[in-house]
Amino acid sequence: MKEKPRAAALISGGLDSMLAVRVIQEQGVEVEGINFFTGFCVEGHTHAIRQRDQKRPKRNNALWVAEMLGVPLHMIEVVDEYKEVLTNPKHGYGSNLNPCLDCKGFMVRKALEWMRENNFDFLITGEVVGQRPKSQKRQDMPIIQRESGAEDLLLRPLSAKLLPETYPERAGWVDRERLYDFNGRSRKPQMALARAFGFEEWAQPAGGCCFLTDAAYSAKLSDLWRSRGARQYDMDDIMLLKVGRHLRPRPHFKLVIAREEGETRFLEGYRKRFTHLRTVSHGGPLTLVDGETDEDDLLLAARLAARFSSGRAADRVRVSVTDVDGVTREMDVPPLPTSAVSADWYVGA
Amino acid sequence: MAAHCLDVRGLLCPMPVIRTQARVNQLAPGEELEILVTDPGALRDIPAWCRVHGHEVIATEEGRDETTIWVRVGGAAP
Ligand code: SF4
Repeated sequence: MKEKPRAAALISGGLDSMLAVRVIQEQGVEVEGINFFTGFCVEGHTHAIRQRDQKRPKRNNALWVAEMLGVPLHMIEVVDEYKEVLTNPKHGYGSNLNPCLDCKGFMVRKALEWMRENNFDFLITGEVVGQRPKSQKRQDMPIIQRESGAEDLLLRPLSAKLLPETYPERAGWVDRERLYDFNGRSRKPQMALARAFGFEEWAQPAGGCCFLTDAAYSAKLSDLWRSRGARQYDMDDIMLLKVGRHLRPRPHFKLVIAREEGETRFLEGYRKRFTHLRTVSHGGPLTLVDGETDEDDLLLAARLAARFSSGRAADRVRVSVTDVDGVTREMDVPPLPTSAVSADWYVGA
Repeated sequence: MAAHCLDVRGLLCPMPVIRTQARVNQLAPGEELEILVTDPGALRDIPAWCRVHGHEVIATEEGRDETTIWVRVGGAAP
């Protein structure tokens, strides 16, 4: 047996995983972090899109936490494998399209694979019993252990005293007495422990670690699935759902309308995949059309694009329409009056 | 300049970091990698990733639309 046991930790960027790692480091265990990118993670990307966010690029909290803890962080992309978790969760969804219990099981299973490939001895997570209505109930803890295959190699340092003894404890790598019994939604014990460790700053515990806990985002994703008649998505879809206003004026097509310069520039990158509209006579955002459209639909799309341009009060606005083959033509249209824009066209607003 | 080059223009964070990691893991200590990125967030994330893994950012050059980051792979010779 080598002298120093090694643990692989799931690091999300929040306070709990940060504390879990420090608790285990304090016991002389060597820890390295793993962070999974599902495509929906709050960490990363959108900060590059909207202009107002660009001035202060957001840090990646998982990397920041790793740096605070002095541990290497391995970042692993699981976008494709995650599709099965999200589109077909055995345990269903939380209050939005967040499949938390399946998601945790999946991540622990992937972490277990990584742990074995890299010769680590056990896994740790920052999970706290009873913390969230979904996935962190006490009865869910064994489900995650069982379905991930990690069984008793999975240790949750913050709630370990409330859970059955794990292998790292039995093997004497970790002293159970110096683990914790945190329970429930109060964050006070975590904050106290953070201060005891001398952490002065940590990422605010948000609603969840990903966009799937967001009601507006989930509404846009279910709208996408409904319109396709299947639960399918790719990376471009994930990104586009984060950007712009989404309006579905007819069941068979929707418009993605940039809200500002930064979003227009971002959507420019997708214009070869979609029919797109620009206002020519007046300043205005780029609009993408997703779906099959006929002449009437395009007229409606042009009038909507005009409605969101600076020519919204003008009698007529000149709009260019470019199809996916790059063929452009122009239309002169009256902007759609606000009263004609139905509130339920807005997806996820 | 660097013998190895990674073009992750157009990718949004954290993908530039993930690709950088995959590439750096194939290189030997002391080797240099030139990374082309367009997401300004990478200018923060790639150096942070390098710090936690003991690699060194030798230089960065910020252009109007894209940024270049040069990394020297750390660690003892294998
Ligand atoms: S909030 Fe998102 S990332 Fe976190 S467990 Fe739930 S589904 Fe997974």
